[in-house]
Amino acid sequence: MSFRQNHLLGIETLAPDEIVTVLDLADRYAELERGDDKHGDALQGLTQINMFFEASTRTQASFELAGKRLGADVMNMAMAASSLKKGETLIDTALTLNAMHPDLLVVRHPHSGAVNLLAEKVNCAVLNAGDGKHEHPTQALLDALTIRRAKGRLHRLNIAICGDIAHSRVARSNILLLGKMENRIRLIGPPTLMPAGVSEWGVEMYDDMQAGLAGCDVVMMLRLQKERMDGAFIPSEREYYHRFGLDAEKLSAAKDDSIVMHPGPMNRGVEIDGTIADDINRSVIQEQVEMGVAVRMAAMDLLAQNLRARRAERGRQI
Amino acid sequence: MSILFENARLIDPEAGTDSLGWLLVKDGQIAAKGQGRPTPKATRVVDCAGACLAPGLVDIGVKIGEPGERHKESFRSAGAAAAAGGVTTIVTRADTTPPIDTPETLEFVRRRAQDATAVRILPMAALTKGREGREMTELGFLLDAGAVAFGDGDQVLRDNKVLSRCMVYARSLGALIVGHPQDPVLSEGAAVTSGKFASLKGLPAVSPMAERMGLERDLALVEMTGVAYHADQISTAKSLPALRRAKEAGLNVTAGISIHHLTLNEFDVGDYRTFFKVKPPLRAEEDRVAMVEALREGLIDIICSMHTPQDEESKRLPFEAAASGAVGLETLLPGALRLHHGAGISLPHLFKALSLNPARRFGLQGGSLADGAVADLILFDPNRPFVLDRFALQSKSKNTPFDGARLQGVVLASYVNGACIYERTGA
Repeated sequence: MSFRQNHLLGIETLAPDEIVTVLDLADRYAELERGDDKHGDALQGLTQINMFFEASTRTQASFELAGKRLGADVMNMAMAASSLKKGETLIDTALTLNAMHPDLLVVRHPHSGAVNLLAEKVNCAVLNAGDGKHEHPTQALLDALTIRRAKGRLHRLNIAICGDIAHSRVARSNILLLGKMENRIRLIGPPTLMPAGVSEWGVEMYDDMQAGLAGCDVVMMLRLQKERMDGAFIPSEREYYHRFGLDAEKLSAAKDDSIVMHPGPMNRGVEIDGTIADDINRSVIQEQVEMGVAVRMAAMDLLAQNLRARRAERGRQI
Repeated sequence: MSILFENARLIDPEAGTDSLGWLLVKDGQIAAKGQGRPTPKATRVVDCAGACLAPGLVDIGVKIGEPGERHKESFRSAGAAAAAGGVTTIVTRADTTPPIDTPETLEFVRRRAQDATAVRILPMAALTKGREGREMTELGFLLDAGAVAFGDGDQVLRDNKVLSRCMVYARSLGALIVGHPQDPVLSEGAAVTSGKFASLKGLPAVSPMAERMGLERDLALVEMTGVAYHADQISTAKSLPALRRAKEAGLNVTAGISIHHLTLNEFDVGDYRTFFKVKPPLRAEEDRVAMVEALREGLIDIICSMHTPQDEESKRLPFEAAASGAVGLETLLPGALRLHHGAGISLPHLFKALSLNPARRFGLQGGSLADGAVADLILFDPNRPFVLDRFALQSKSKNTPFDGARLQGVVLASYVNGACIYERTGA
């Protein structure tokens, strides 16, 4: 099996063959999920703890469901409301949890790199469910699976990522993953929402939607955070929608069979027109959610296999 | 009492010479020196066996945890670290808790320092009360109490009117102001330098331009007021033209840089390694190279350690939440010697920036091998290699970015006022 990771902290450390391994397994889990008996046993006997230091509904539910479908004991901890407020440091929290012998730790944290820090201090497999503006690897993997199923391949595609690139961990992980799989990536958005030094990432940049979308196979929209809408980064919501919101007219520049994606939750009428989001011929937004569970099942399955192998190895040494 | 150093490689930053010879110390002062075999007699003779004898380092802008954070560094531990690192004079920063902003706190610091260590410790004082940037401190009293310069550390004074008044007043007293050139708004919350690396890591970042903006503002006010001004750290190529213009226009301006900005770059942060989080943040490699050239040319006058002790708790946090700063008293010399071995900067030139220039700029003794100068000296082997183990440091805090680094240059002995305050034991 070609998946050599102890943790899933980001796309940065994954090799293309490892990405394919995850996607292939996720494809199988997607079929399992569509059947009547949705249960597998890959995580039987293991404990999965979801630690979310930042509020989340979708990602947390997706991880929880994925764990439960594979037989893990799943516990959710809403960290935003708990010990951090009491002044406990991240490391102390990690050590406390570690003493409970979890096997899989799913972590979301508002600070970039916090999940890496945590992974150094625990003995289980850690999955990054989003850290600051750094990475969100399972989102990129589920996007990749969705694209591969819709387009039949995951290479030599023209892919546009549109909107608030600067603050988006989804964009970073997607740029890394799609780049590794040899696609042509275009970033479209106002210059205030482009990260510094992005010209060195091997991507093309546009601040005009129609020009950027021309000939695209995939159109990925990003969520625009409410706090960035008024004056600080863009003049107003309505000007943003006018220039960068995805509507039928702008989408007509892309290929006729192009697909539209969004990591959710959507701001209808801000970054995307409602009718496009609901257009079953173009929008794969619902399928993204479905693939999310499958990809997380696959990722946890693979990490658990490596974890068990490591433990068995250690057992032999003792 | 006299000591004769013979068979020494004399590094004289004033004369710009590096030659084999001898040096005689009498009653705490340098009495004579010469080439070849010595003639004078002395009560004690030190055979240097070809090791370098140079003025002790004069380190500007050292943070010591007293008052307020003695668990991070005390005068005693800082003194031990300095002596082992070849630093014979320390100028402390005022960004303690509470800040050194009254003659009384300054007096406390001086007394504590005197009792704790033989290394010369001289305090800077805050420029504004509480380092809050609103009211100037009692510059006159503080000067009388022994403050060698004034500055609020990395707390940038935002109000130009307040700063200009501080400068005018300081000018009338002949006091030196130490500024931290940085635009406070652009740099707020920044953890790294903006660019490809910062964006990939998703860390809050500041453009190098913020340093130039801060410097240009300060220089404009220096031109307006005529005050003596030292920029604590210049770290980007973008700042150099402004600095050059100011110097060519004859403004009373000097500039410093930390050893970390001369030897490390932004990529060293790697996988969120918080020991590499410093203020200003580490820069691009092109900037680092430009800084080495500016040092070679003399545009940058002073190298310092920017010694900032932080305990493990302040550093074992996510990168953006972790404290800034690195200890440097014991790595200043081997770090600087990288520039000798790697960039071909001569030892006399290096000691100009490490000893002579800071001593002169801050009106201190030391930094010189001239006859009659105080015998603050260090004996070191510039070539001996070692791998740094942070737990072997004398500092209470072990937050060095050089942990595990291969370095060259070992201090064999340090002398203050002709008295040996450190001697290396073992191999």
